[in-house]
Amino acid sequence: MTTLHRAWSLCRRAPNLATGMPLTLLRHPRPPDLPSRRPLHAEAAPMSPSSSDTERMNLFMAVQSAMAVALETDPKVLVFGEDVAFGGVFRCTMGLRERFGPHRVFNTPLSEQGIAGFAAGLAAMSYRPVAEIQFADYMYPAFDQVVNEIAKYRYRSGGQFHCGGLVLRAPYGAVGHGGHYHSQSPEAYFVHTAGLKVVIPRDPVTAKGLLLQSIREDDPVIFLEPKVLYRAAVAQVPRGDFTVPLGEAQVLRPGRDITLVGYGAQVQVLLEAAQRAHQEDGIDCEVIDLMTLLPWDERTVVESVRRTGRCIVSHEAPVTGGFGAEVAARIQQECFLSLECPVRRVCGYDMPFPLVHEKMYVPSAHKVIDEVRLAMNY
Amino acid sequence: MSWRARLGRCIYRGWEWGAFGGAVTERKTWAQSRFSRERSARGGGKSVGRQRWWARRWASEASEVPSAAALAAPATTSAVQEAAARREVHFPGALLAPYTCRLAFEEATAVPIIPAYRLLDEQGTLLLSAAEAAALQHFPAAETVRRMYSTMVSLNVMDAILYAAQRQGRISFYMTTFCEEAAVVGSAAALHHDDEVFAQYREQGVLLWRGYTFQDFCDQCCGARDEPARGHQMPIHYGRRDMHFHTVSSTLATQIPHAVGAAYALKMDAAPRIAACYFGEGAASEGDFHAAMNFAATLECPVLFLCRNNGYAISTPASEQFRGDGIARRAAGYGMDALRCDGNDALAVYVAVRTARERVLRTQRPVLLEMLTYRGGHHSTSDDSSRYRSTEEIEFFMQHADPVARLRTYLAVDMQAERQAREHDRERVLEALGRAEAKPREPPLDMFTDVYAQLPPHLIRQRESLRAHLERMAARPSPSGTAEP
Ligand SMILES: Cc1ncc(C[n+]2csc(CCOP(=O)(O)OP(=O)(O)O)c2C)c(N)n1
Ligand SMILES: [Mg+2]
Repeated sequence: MTTLHRAWSLCRRAPNLATGMPLTLLRHPRPPDLPSRRPLHAEAAPMSPSSSDTERMNLFMAVQSAMAVALETDPKVLVFGEDVAFGGVFRCTMGLRERFGPHRVFNTPLSEQGIAGFAAGLAAMSYRPVAEIQFADYMYPAFDQVVNEIAKYRYRSGGQFHCGGLVLRAPYGAVGHGGHYHSQSPEAYFVHTAGLKVVIPRDPVTAKGLLLQSIREDDPVIFLEPKVLYRAAVAQVPRGDFTVPLGEAQVLRPGRDITLVGYGAQVQVLLEAAQRAHQEDGIDCEVIDLMTLLPWDERTVVESVRRTGRCIVSHEAPVTGGFGAEVAARIQQECFLSLECPVRRVCGYDMPFPLVHEKMYVPSAHKVIDEVRLAMNY
Repeated sequence: MSWRARLGRCIYRGWEWGAFGGAVTERKTWAQSRFSRERSARGGGKSVGRQRWWARRWASEASEVPSAAALAAPATTSAVQEAAARREVHFPGALLAPYTCRLAFEEATAVPIIPAYRLLDEQGTLLLSAAEAAALQHFPAAETVRRMYSTMVSLNVMDAILYAAQRQGRISFYMTTFCEEAAVVGSAAALHHDDEVFAQYREQGVLLWRGYTFQDFCDQCCGARDEPARGHQMPIHYGRRDMHFHTVSSTLATQIPHAVGAAYALKMDAAPRIAACYFGEGAASEGDFHAAMNFAATLECPVLFLCRNNGYAISTPASEQFRGDGIARRAAGYGMDALRCDGNDALAVYVAVRTARERVLRTQRPVLLEMLTYRGGHHSTSDDSSRYRSTEEIEFFMQHADPVARLRTYLAVDMQAERQAREHDRERVLEALGRAEAKPREPPLDMFTDVYAQLPPHLIRQRESLRAHLERMAARPSPSGTAEP
C-alpha cells in the first residue's frame, strides 16, 4: 500500500504528467489563493519524487503494465480476448503471453458474448478475468451477458456468487476516422446497469492505476480506454504496483467561475477549453475528471458547483440519456440555490457517428468555450 | 387426421407414433413434391400460384397428411414401420434415433473430412476432359470465364491502388481481396444479378461484377457527397439498393441473420430469387452465425451461405478459431446441406455456387457453402500481418495458389496482354480516385438527415444549435473565431 500511495502522490505532482497531448494541467499550476483540494489519498505521506519510481509510457503501455502487475501478483488473473495472444490490435497485451504463458494469456474464438460469458464463469469461480473486447462498439453482442448475467450474478444469488474481479476492457471513442462502428462511447448503457462499476481513465497514469484497481475490485468493472490516446498520450507512469481508487473524481484545474465536468479523452478537450477561455476571455474554469462513472463522486462535483455556481458537463456520447443528464440532475438537486445559470451539456448529437463530419459531431473545445461564454452571460 | 393431431396422440400413446413419425419425416418431402408438381403444372411457378400454395399450406393445419403413396423416401418409411412393429417409443427431440446397447461416443475425429470440390489444379490444368466439362450442367460459358478473369484482374488492380492510396493518406481505410478474387468474383458470377447479397466487407468483387464502377468505389472511399451514404460510413462499407447489395456493417456476423430474414421475405413473396450471405470463418464464431443457421434450417429459408474460410481472423489462425472440420461440417448439425470447394479455383467456385443456388431455389431451403482460400493481404490497412505470420507463408500461397494466375493459365492469356489490361485499369482507377477526391463533401448541417425517416424535433433543435454555434464562431474575431466547429 505504501508503494501505491507513494506513487500516486508522486504522479499528482504535475511535472511528471507530461503527455504528448496538450495537457494544460502542466501550464496551469494551482493558483496560490485557492483552497487546496481534497487529496485522493489524504492519508498518503508525500514522498520525494525520484525518476527510478516512474517510467515513460504511453497509454497502451500503461494498460499493459497494469495487466502485467496483476498477472504477476495474483495467479488467479487471466487475460484473454480476440487477437490478444499476439499483443492485441492496439498492442495492449504485448509480451504478456511470452511472460505469463499461453494458459493465462490467450486468444478466444471471435465471439463477444462468448468472451463475456466465459469471463463470468471464471469470475464466479474466484478467478480474475481481464477480458478484452476489441472495440467498445462490439460490446453490444455481449450485452446480455454483461447486463443480465455479470451485473446480477451477486444479487440473484444473495451474495453467494458474484463476478467481482471481472474486468471487461474496451477501447472507446472518436479517433478521426472510425465512422459508425469504431467511434462509439457506450458508457451510458452500462451506467444504467446496477451491479457494474464503470471506469474511464484520461491518461497513462490513471489508465494504469485505475485498471489495476479495477482488477482488484470485488465487483465487475467495465473499463473503457480512450483509444485516441493509446499512442498520443505519454507520461511518467509509476513502476510496479500502483493503483488509483475507484469512485473518486479529481480536480485537475481549480477555477472560480465555472465547473467543467468530463471523463476520458474529453478531459483533454475541457482542459484546452479552460485554458483558452482564460486567455481569451479571462474566465476561470475549474475542470473535474470523474474517472469512475459508476459509482461517481458526487461530492467533489457538488462542492465545486456550489462554489462556482455554473456547470457544463461534456461527453462524446449522444446527449439524450447520456451520463451528462445524470450529473445535471444531481447538480440541480444539490446545488439549486447556488446556481447562476442552468447546467449545460456539450455532448455528441443523437445520431450515429458520421465519418466525414466527425469534427462537427464531437463536442470540441470550440463548442465548450462557446457554451462557457453563454453560461457566463446568462 | 392432421399431423399436428397425430403429434399429440404420438406423445401420449407412443405406439401410435409410426404414422406420425412417417408424417413428420415426410411432410417436407410431401410439401416439396406437391409444390413442384403444382409449379410444373403451371409452367414454372407463377408467383400467384405459389402464393396461393403457401397460403393454403399454412392455413391448413387441419389438412390431411398425404397418403403413403405421395411420400418419397421409402427407406425412412420402412424404418419407421419396423420400429412401430417393435412398439418402440421414440422421443420428439430425435424421432429417428435408433436404440442400441453399445455405448459409443460419436467421435469427432471419426467423421469423414469433407472434400473440397475443384476443377482446376494449382497449375491451372482442367481436371476434367473437355467432354466431361461440356457435360457438366453448370460449367461456365467461355465468355463468362473470360469476364470472371478480367473482373478478378480489375479487382486486384483496384485493391492495390486503393490500398496504396490509404498509405498515402488519401483515403482513411481499406481492405484488400488479394488471393480471394476467385472466391468473391466466381461466386458473384454464379449468382443471379438480383439475388439479395449480404456481405461482410471483403466482397467488393461482387459489386464490381454487378456493375459498380471504379468511380462508385472511389466516391465511397473518399466520402464524396454524391455517394449513397454521403460519406457517413468508413471506406469499403458499400451498399447499393439497385444492385441488391445490402450496406455493409462493421459488426461481424450481424448480416447472417439478416440474410435469413430476407430469404424468408423472398419466399413469402414467391420471388424466384435467393439471398446470398458472405462471411469469414472468424465471423462464424459469433452467436449470430449459429442463430442464423438454425433459423434458416428450421424456417426453411432460401438462403445460400458463402463462407470465405481464408485461414485468419486478423491475427487469429483458423486453428484457434474452431476445432471441427472447417465451417461446412457444421451444416449437418443444423440439418442443412453443405458443399465445400477450392475457393481459389474460379471454375469450381462458379459451378459449386450455381449448383447450390439452383438447389436453394428449388428446395426453398438453405445451403452452406465453404470456400477454402487464403487471406493474401494484411487484414486491413490498420494491420501488419508480419507480426503473426511469416512472409514465406504468404509467398507460398501467392506463388502456388494465386487464383488470377490459375485462371490466366487455364485461359492461356499471355502475361503481356494482362499487363496491358492492368495498365488500362490502373489509369481508370487513378482517374476515378482523383475525381472522387475533388468532389464536394456533404454540408455539415445535412449530417442529421437519415437518422430517421423524418427529422424529429430534438434533432431539429440539435441541428439549430450547431448552426447557431457555427454562426457565433464565425462572427468572432480570431483566435477562436475560425470556421472550425
Ligand atoms: C462483433 C465484432 N467483433 C470484432 C470485430 C473486429 N474484427 C473486424 S474483422 C475481424 C476478423 C474477422 O475475420 P473473418 O471473419 O475470418 O474475416 P476475414 O477478415 O478473414 O475476411 C475482427 C475480429 C468486429 N468487426 N465485429
Ligand atoms: Mg478469415
